[in-house]
Amino acid sequence: MLGYGMLIDTTLCIGCYACEEADAQRWGNPLTEEHILSQHKNTAVHEVNGVFVPRMCMHCADPTCASVCPVAAFDKTPQGAVSYDPDKCMGCRYCMQACPFDIPKYEWDKLAPKVTKCDMCHERTTKGEQPACVEACPTGARMYGKVSDLIEEAKKRIAEDPTKYHPGIYGVKEAGGTSILYISDRPFDQLGLKTNLPDHPLPNLTWAILSKIPNYVFWGGTLLGGIWWITNRRKEVMAYEMKLKDMDRHGNGNHE
Amino acid sequence: MNPIHYIKTKLTFWSAVFWIIMAVGLYATVIRFAFGIGAATNLSDISPWGLWVAFDVVCGVALAAGGFVVAGSVYLFNLEKYRPILRPSVLTAFLGYVLVIFGLMYDLGKPWNVWHPIIMWNGRSVMFEVGWCVMLYTTVLALEFSPAIFERFNMKLPLKIIHAITIPLVLIGVILSTLHQSSLGSLFLIFPEKMYPLWYSSTLPYLFFISAVSVGPAMVIVESYLSSRAFNREIELPILSQLAKVTAIALAVYLVLKVEDVVNLKLWSYVFTLNSEAVLYWMEIGLGVVVPMVMFFSPRIRRDKKWLFVAGLMTVLGVVLNRLNVAITAFERYVNGVYFPKWTEIAVSLMIVALGFLAFRLAVKYLPIFPAHEEHARPAGGDVVSFIDVPTAAHN
Repeated sequence: MLGYGMLIDTTLCIGCYACEEADAQRWGNPLTEEHILSQHKNTAVHEVNGVFVPRMCMHCADPTCASVCPVAAFDKTPQGAVSYDPDKCMGCRYCMQACPFDIPKYEWDKLAPKVTKCDMCHERTTKGEQPACVEACPTGARMYGKVSDLIEEAKKRIAEDPTKYHPGIYGVKEAGGTSILYISDRPFDQLGLKTNLPDHPLPNLTWAILSKIPNYVFWGGTLLGGIWWITNRRKEVMAYEMKLKDMDRHGNGNHE
Repeated sequence: MNPIHYIKTKLTFWSAVFWIIMAVGLYATVIRFAFGIGAATNLSDISPWGLWVAFDVVCGVALAAGGFVVAGSVYLFNLEKYRPILRPSVLTAFLGYVLVIFGLMYDLGKPWNVWHPIIMWNGRSVMFEVGWCVMLYTTVLALEFSPAIFERFNMKLPLKIIHAITIPLVLIGVILSTLHQSSLGSLFLIFPEKMYPLWYSSTLPYLFFISAVSVGPAMVIVESYLSSRAFNREIELPILSQLAKVTAIALAVYLVLKVEDVVNLKLWSYVFTLNSEAVLYWMEIGLGVVVPMVMFFSPRIRRDKKWLFVAGLMTVLGVVLNRLNVAITAFERYVNGVYFPKWTEIAVSLMIVALGFLAFRLAVKYLPIFPAHEEHARPAGGDVVSFIDVPTAAHN
């Protein structure tokens, strides 16, 4: 369920930060000079090895944040975005700790803090508009569309200019696939993108254990109940035998 | 009472330590709730989990494992010989869980939403499952402990009801404990590429469960020793030396699993490098597992309450170190070593431990916790558990 997403072509990004401005406007955040993701920036243009790399929530197909959240505050919408509901959130920050892309940020200085991250401009895209950062980008480094179409577009660009592009699309396999895709002129680890992620969704790792719980409760309960039944029966029999012995002794006494 | 006289007669070393910890802890509490988590901790976007998760929650739950081990032994396995330590064990467990929830209030960004998992379900979340288990098990422990209160106030009917439902209650308690003790390990399964390989393993849930089984009885040993000194009570040595065997066997199983991990995951190079991770790993395995295991297997040590206490304490500290390693050390390389707890974090954690001691002390003073015939009238001062002056009938 990838829905709509974004293709980011780092060869086109010129580092003008128009996307950061659009993001600050959309969220009503102050515009800061630090070009990193923070509670005030849900998209930021990182400069890694001289390359501008626009970063934001990857909107995973099977989001780790949504799986770990104990109150289901995250949701992968059919549209493709991963949404967050601050009213549900209790602030355990498991999503931040668990996100394979280290995206969610926190309002550490607030007394009722929220998790902050990109929601792919849900209210705009549902009306058929483009996300604010895409609209603001003057070079087309960000392209919004159906993920399947974006993959085709990425393949086309790489095929048309194989000397320019690194052969590969980041986000097709990573952590089971994401709605945000990257193409670049160099291997992705040189852009600060993690290349050691498994190809399967991370929630599979915890589900392997969680899915065993109903079985365990049934069999464990039966086993423990059985153990109690046996040991208790043994205790009762022992008590009964003692009583018999006692009566016996008593009876003999009467006869004498 | 004349304050100078009071200080001279009542303020022992441990009570001074207690009041200092409480004062600093309360100051840290003010910082936390007046200025937010950012001001009160060294947590950041890079390192969002720290000491409060690792110690107050993950360690706290493990150290409270004595409750389900002893209650299961007495009621489900009908091992009547453990009955004299049942109540103190259940009390420790109950206090442990209450303090875990108390500590959670500091760590959660919006603690007033802590009840949300009750109505906002997510069956795929390990933490959702842990949350439910902790809620239910704290209730179970409160009920398991309630006879002490009903007896104290001579309430016949509630006592009768509790006795009637004890077996299913204990059974549910054991199931819930197995589930969330292991699930605290499962919490970390989601970090395969973030954790240092020495501590990441698909067997984490099993490791957490077995180490909880080993540390539960060890906690009972430690606490029996301390309280026997504090309350001038005779120690239940034959029972404790039986418990020591349980811990020894659990530690042995745990050690086998840890060695298996080294072999299966090919961790040789990590184990035999000289870096801070390897040193902490060896401390955990050597001083926290191998040494106490060997000690507990020795009949001579099992007959000596002092050595029994030493081995028990090493097991406890070993599990604490393990949990801190899993929840903090294992991530340090990933976050470039940015996290070390701030003084406020340490102050709150110490205060929680101190509150545990205080609550235990008060409960023993006012409720029938230890078998009556073993208690002596003379209170002993100057000990860890008797640091605080509790007014008795004699004082009034």
